[in-house]
Amino acid sequence: MRSHSRHRTRAVIGVVTANVLLASCAGAGSLATGGDTINVLMVNNPQMVELQKLTAKHFTKKTGIKVNFTTLPENDVRDKISQDFANQAGQYDVATISNYEAPIYAKNEWLKPLDGYLKKDRAFDQKDILPPIRESLKGEDGKTYAEPFYGESSFLMYRKDVFEKKGLKMPAKPTWPQVAKLAARADGAEKGMSGICLRGLPGWGELIAPLTTLVNTFGGTWFDKDYKAKLTDPGFTRAAKFYIDLVRKHGESGATQSGFAECLNNMTQGKSAMWYDATSGAGSLEAAKSPVKGKIGYAPAPTVKTKSSGWLYSWAWGLQKASRNQDKAYKFISWASSKEYERLVGKEFGWANVPAGKRASTYDIPEYKKTAGAFGETTRKAITEADPRDPGVQQRPTIGIQFVDIPEFSDLGTKVSQELSAAIAGRQSVETALKKSQQLAEEVSEEYEGRGQ
Amino acid sequence: MSATGSTVRGTEAKGGAKAAANTAPKSVRRRNAGLGLIAWLAGILFVLPVLWMALTSLHSETDAATNPPSLAAPLTLDGYREFFGAGGGPSPWFSLANSLTASVVSTLFVLLLALPAAYALSIRPVRKWTDVLFFFLSTKMLPVVAGLLPIYLFAKNTGMLDNIWLLVILYTSMNLPIAVWMMQSFLAEVPTALIEAAQIDGARLPVILTRVVAPIAMPGIAATSLICFIFSWNEMLFARVLTGVIAQTAPVFLTGFITSQGLFLAKVCAASLVISLPVLAAGFAAQDKLVQGLSLGAVK
Amino acid sequence: MSSTPTATTTAPGAQAPRTRPSAPQAPPARLRAWVTRAPLLPALVFLIIVTQLPMVATLVISVFDWNALYPEARTFAGLANYGEVLGDPELRKSVLTTILLTVTVVLVSLVLGMLLALLLDRRFKGRGAVRTMLIAPFLLVPVAAALLWKHVLYNPEYGLFNGALHWILGDGAAQPDWVAEMPLGAVEASLVWQWTPFMMLILLAGLQSRPSEAVEAAWIDGASAWQVFRYITLPHLRRYLELGALLGTVYIVQNFDAVFTITSGGLGTANLPYSIYQTFYQGHEYGLASAAGVLVVIGSIIIATLALRVVSSLFNEEARS
Repeated sequence: MRSHSRHRTRAVIGVVTANVLLASCAGAGSLATGGDTINVLMVNNPQMVELQKLTAKHFTKKTGIKVNFTTLPENDVRDKISQDFANQAGQYDVATISNYEAPIYAKNEWLKPLDGYLKKDRAFDQKDILPPIRESLKGEDGKTYAEPFYGESSFLMYRKDVFEKKGLKMPAKPTWPQVAKLAARADGAEKGMSGICLRGLPGWGELIAPLTTLVNTFGGTWFDKDYKAKLTDPGFTRAAKFYIDLVRKHGESGATQSGFAECLNNMTQGKSAMWYDATSGAGSLEAAKSPVKGKIGYAPAPTVKTKSSGWLYSWAWGLQKASRNQDKAYKFISWASSKEYERLVGKEFGWANVPAGKRASTYDIPEYKKTAGAFGETTRKAITEADPRDPGVQQRPTIGIQFVDIPEFSDLGTKVSQELSAAIAGRQSVETALKKSQQLAEEVSEEYEGRGQ
Repeated sequence: MSATGSTVRGTEAKGGAKAAANTAPKSVRRRNAGLGLIAWLAGILFVLPVLWMALTSLHSETDAATNPPSLAAPLTLDGYREFFGAGGGPSPWFSLANSLTASVVSTLFVLLLALPAAYALSIRPVRKWTDVLFFFLSTKMLPVVAGLLPIYLFAKNTGMLDNIWLLVILYTSMNLPIAVWMMQSFLAEVPTALIEAAQIDGARLPVILTRVVAPIAMPGIAATSLICFIFSWNEMLFARVLTGVIAQTAPVFLTGFITSQGLFLAKVCAASLVISLPVLAAGFAAQDKLVQGLSLGAVK
Repeated sequence: MSSTPTATTTAPGAQAPRTRPSAPQAPPARLRAWVTRAPLLPALVFLIIVTQLPMVATLVISVFDWNALYPEARTFAGLANYGEVLGDPELRKSVLTTILLTVTVVLVSLVLGMLLALLLDRRFKGRGAVRTMLIAPFLLVPVAAALLWKHVLYNPEYGLFNGALHWILGDGAAQPDWVAEMPLGAVEASLVWQWTPFMMLILLAGLQSRPSEAVEAAWIDGASAWQVFRYITLPHLRRYLELGALLGTVYIVQNFDAVFTITSGGLGTANLPYSIYQTFYQGHEYGLASAAGVLVVIGSIIIATLALRVVSSLFNEEARS
């Protein structure tokens, strides 16, 4: 043990000295990437952590390309990616972007189009990517700018055993009023169990995502087709009131601090009877060690006025245009999004952990079908039914289901989510929150007209 | 209110005990013991979150996230294993080494720059030295964020992004004002008569500095170094904006354990403790120096 | 404002050259002044370059309409950004939040630090151990401390606070959502926890330098405990209190880690550093953020000048010694 720690001390001293020497020799030389190393910046989700663990053994060994990962929590990673890409600083060759960023970044020419590579890369099989996901990662010019690592929609998860005990029945295609009634009856079914878990954590990727799907299906929208803000219109107001009411009455405790992770934990520990969230949550609920494994039922996203209401989201690999190692970076993307990688995860970590929701072929793998039987098909259907161009009852100015695909939305969404979160906490009324939010959105409208969009 | 009353009595008791040591009444001693107990309770209250963190770091992720908390849950080193990169995870050694480089080197730079400056502000002061000192301090009042964008753009255009030396420079400038200020007050404590006497004896400047000034100012220099080291080690805003893969520092590495999907309490607690360890160790070892140093030379 | 101390303390410096017999002739006064100044220059020049030049750049950027997400549309905007910043109610609110946060944290940790210092100034069993326990929070990396409070203590589902309530009051115990119910208080509590030890250390140093003769004399003269504290201890501690307040203010005004980690600026806790950071990195409004930065700098300079005048007693007293 001692020699071990001494060895480490020496290693640390070594790096420190190397730092000193390097800088004094290289002067202000940039430490840009090059050679056989690529830098990847990614969100710290379990799927990515597993990727990180498999890369050295399977990717680097085969290709000789070393991959340096930086993982950060979601909010931090977005700040960092937009900073690096907007300035084309080229610190990172590849970053996890979503279908929100992809079209915007593509328009600003921050991403390298991948079509050239895809044409040559037969094994990758671009046609296998589920069409809504494929489309949502294209730019306005129709070129592909990112490849999905995994995709997701949203659906309703519920405790079959609790429902049975309480004599409740989940309709095959539930509506939100039905879900509210079920939540009221399931509330307190077991000690400390809430009727439903809904995100209340501020952030455009947190609270805003499920809420906007409600807005869509309640007949509301953030902006009409001319970018006029519509946050105080009846559709938006009804949806926001319904959501906040439901979470206040029958939702989890500490709702304003609950995002995906907290709700997942609630569900796993038997503290919520229902959960409306990302389809990727099912993989964790059905994981080998999960105490609720096999007890969960899955229903499509509840609706009101629309046929379906699930969102569409994908963490995907974008290749920075300023990257000095583009070919090698593409090789990494091609591997991480490949069929082969999905099988590798299935074998190494279990089939429930496969980064699914992006390829049609995933749902034909027998082992995957066996493990993901409970939710696989519902997920595939939810994703393929999502229509990011027409998610509501009226025409939209741009693409996006649970977001509006304009650069200002992340800032606007976050600010609005803070207002709504305050309403969930009971610090202000929903009306006040929406009135303030409408003002914020109107500023964006004006900006948009000013920019001549 | 009652707390104020009792502590005031405490001060009195101390003075009294000293003045009349042999006649110290029993009641004073008992009161001393009572106040000692209060001090113990306060100490435990303050350290409790840290101890809880240590306990959480030794639990499994599921045991760490239960309510009521599970005190008796089995202990495991998994959190630490994960932090140190078991199973192909990222290794913390590079970021720890980067933090060490940035903190130690910037502290050395600060000393190199601050000592002569403090000399020129105390032992052989320039005209209007108080104004100069004010200027140094006022730079500390400028909001760091306001300069962040130009620094980022500068770094990007000169290829200094993700370079630990950029952090060294920034940390030096961040700590320099406080260091100059502290050092100035320590050097001002060196009695001018001593220096004059040495000069009359024919001692030259280097001798005066090493033989007369240094011994008196040493505790202050040590305290200043410690403070600079702590603030550099802890810095996060510059580090998160200006570093990436190569120059990532330990606090930024720590935030990498937070995920919006899944449990992370034990890991984060383990990582937090390990990353705080250098500062904790240095701070605990040099408590007395810290007290002396923060008194700005008033304790002799 | 500082002419007296300068005059008295330059005396030894002025004498110095006379004792150097090796100098062939007395150097001209101007050269001598530069020799005195020389040791100061590296630090001064370095600090001006690293802290003042970026501010100039900020000033330049602040007159442009520059959003990083619209790389094509960078135009000269004159003072429009300043108008927008001044008219932004959110930013005005964050000024208030910053003041509230700073004043609360500095005052509470000064008072607590003083009480603890008074306790620790006395002899009792395990004094060293108690002091070690008390300074632990200050030595924890701030991000780690913020994470500890947010996830390990405040978390409504599995945090220690609610867990303790559960233990003490049983199953029916209230399980408040701490951060949502008192967002600013939550941030303040974590900062007070970190900064109280720092204040305690400063004040402890002050107490230990208190001339014991005066206390003893007062004691023999029959002064009450309160009188000793009020007329001897407190006046002696004044410069230490000022020092603590000054250092605390300098660091807490700029606090970013705690706000960023615990509330992400939500629920009315966005202070100025966070608001500007958000405009930079989430809004990508470089021009707007720079304008806000410039205004904050101007405000800081005004406050700093006032504050430094107030604490100038620190220098005067030192100069006299």
